Amino acid sequence: MLTYGFRIGMLLVISLLVSNPCLGGALDVFDGQKGTVKIAGGTAHIPVMKEAAKRIMTRNKDIVITVAGGGSGVGIKQVGEGLVDIGNSGRQAKPEEVEKYGLKMFKWAVDGVGVVVNPANPIKSLTKDQLKRIYAGEIDNWSTIGGTDHAITIYTRDEASGTRAVFWGKALDKGEIVTSALFVPSNGAMKTAVANDPYAIGYVSVGHMDETVAPVALDGVTPTLETVKSGQYPIARGLYSNTKGDPTGLTKLFIDYLLTPEGQQIAAENGFIPVK
Amino acid sequence: MPSKDALAKSVFLCCAIASAAIILAILGFMVALGIPLFRESTFSAIWFGPWAPHRGAYGIWAMICGTFWIALLATIICLPLSLGMSFVIASLGGRRIRKLLGALVQFMTGIPTVIYGFVGIFLLVPLIRQGLGGPGMSVLTASIMLAILISPTMILFFTDSLLAVNTAYVQAAKALGANRVQRLLYVMVPRALGGMASGFILALGRALGDTLIALMLAGNAIRAPQGFLEPARTLTAHIALVKAADFDSMEFRSIFACGITLYLFTVLATIAVRMMARERVAVS
Repeated sequence: MLTYGFRIGMLLVISLLVSNPCLGGALDVFDGQKGTVKIAGGTAHIPVMKEAAKRIMTRNKDIVITVAGGGSGVGIKQVGEGLVDIGNSGRQAKPEEVEKYGLKMFKWAVDGVGVVVNPANPIKSLTKDQLKRIYAGEIDNWSTIGGTDHAITIYTRDEASGTRAVFWGKALDKGEIVTSALFVPSNGAMKTAVANDPYAIGYVSVGHMDETVAPVALDGVTPTLETVKSGQYPIARGLYSNTKGDPTGLTKLFIDYLLTPEGQQIAAENGFIPVK
Repeated sequence: MPSKDALAKSVFLCCAIASAAIILAILGFMVALGIPLFRESTFSAIWFGPWAPHRGAYGIWAMICGTFWIALLATIICLPLSLGMSFVIASLGGRRIRKLLGALVQFMTGIPTVIYGFVGIFLLVPLIRQGLGGPGMSVLTASIMLAILISPTMILFFTDSLLAVNTAYVQAAKALGANRVQRLLYVMVPRALGGMASGFILALGRALGDTLIALMLAGNAIRAPQGFLEPARTLTAHIALVKAADFDSMEFRSIFACGITLYLFTVLATIAVRMMARERVAVS
């Protein structure tokens, strides 16, 4: 127990030593500030939001930043209704949403949406046509496309998901999704589901991919940071933080921070492509 | 003194009226907010049609089926477990076992739902997938977890109503030479039936109303299940998934149709079981 505590202590000291010199500039503006910022919405955004919030709150104990999920639809709705200060979305807000709520959108990163399977699955490459037919339920066994003889378990996301909107529009070309597909409520839940099911296929934000799931190349292009950045991998979207009207006070400082070199660095470290 | 009594009476009456009014107000609220959907679409399309929002179909039949399958299967699994458990706690077990099991059940009421969901995902889902086939997230998976979740409600109600039976009856039966099992089955159970029925409704209500277990374990597919190993979506999970949709969209309005349906189920279940219990009491 002692060594554990000691280790955490050391980590804290090291992280302070390492991070402070380079953060100095970007975090200066938060000195002397006080108050709370409530953030909700897109689940792809969460790791970046949490890291930014952690750095700001470590610097200034008087600031409280809460980060919740819910999906892009929730983000837009809650910020529009004034329930949160920043509503994240993994898609552009629709024109009627912008008009109704007076939303201001801030795009701070680009993210790919990649098809994933269980690491134990031998299939690591699909054509777009195969993918569409799998999601439409026409191909329902892995053996049809050279895998093991077992039914394919299709995972998808609910209608409010920005990740789903991009995947459905750009990967499936708005094609049918079979009604037996299983629904999971977040990027994290998708990863857990696919990681635990050897016959699963699903899709997650490229920033969320790790070794628990295996990316699937689509028409020969594997979804990675590089291929999304170069535009070779076409299923990509902007990550937005939205506010109701022009942001003010802490909310403005937070969004500005996301767009500083340091904020962009956090986005890059979490697997997203910085916009600056 | 009478004025104090009258005051207390009116205060409690106000409380009772308020809670009844809230329940009615909720129904009114759901109907009012659901009106745009009912205008746009027919009742039968909403209740019996398919769910395909991009084609303008907002039917919740698959979710109604999912709710029924999961809630009924959960109570069917739960009922014998709870009967056995409450019989042991209320009469058949030794003093130590009764105390131990009673404490265990009370402890179970305190476990948060999400813990059951979590255990289900990492333990039960792979087990069902490997052992019985299917995608693992299924009606059966959710029902088993749900049965465990609602069992404390049933057990506590069963036990309490068994123990509330007038001891004079039990003593009389004992004097007539009835053994423990006979006293339980022929004296305590018939007398406790009303309370046990309430416990059953409450547990069924919890099963109908629980969101997280089905959301995490049932797979949420938008198709009426054809078997126990198929995925299903409950009305509650549907509400949780769709509530994020645009406020003015028809998807969002369909939530109120789900709400009204759930409301009616609960009312019907309550009325049915109450009538059953009344008949039994009248007969005995």
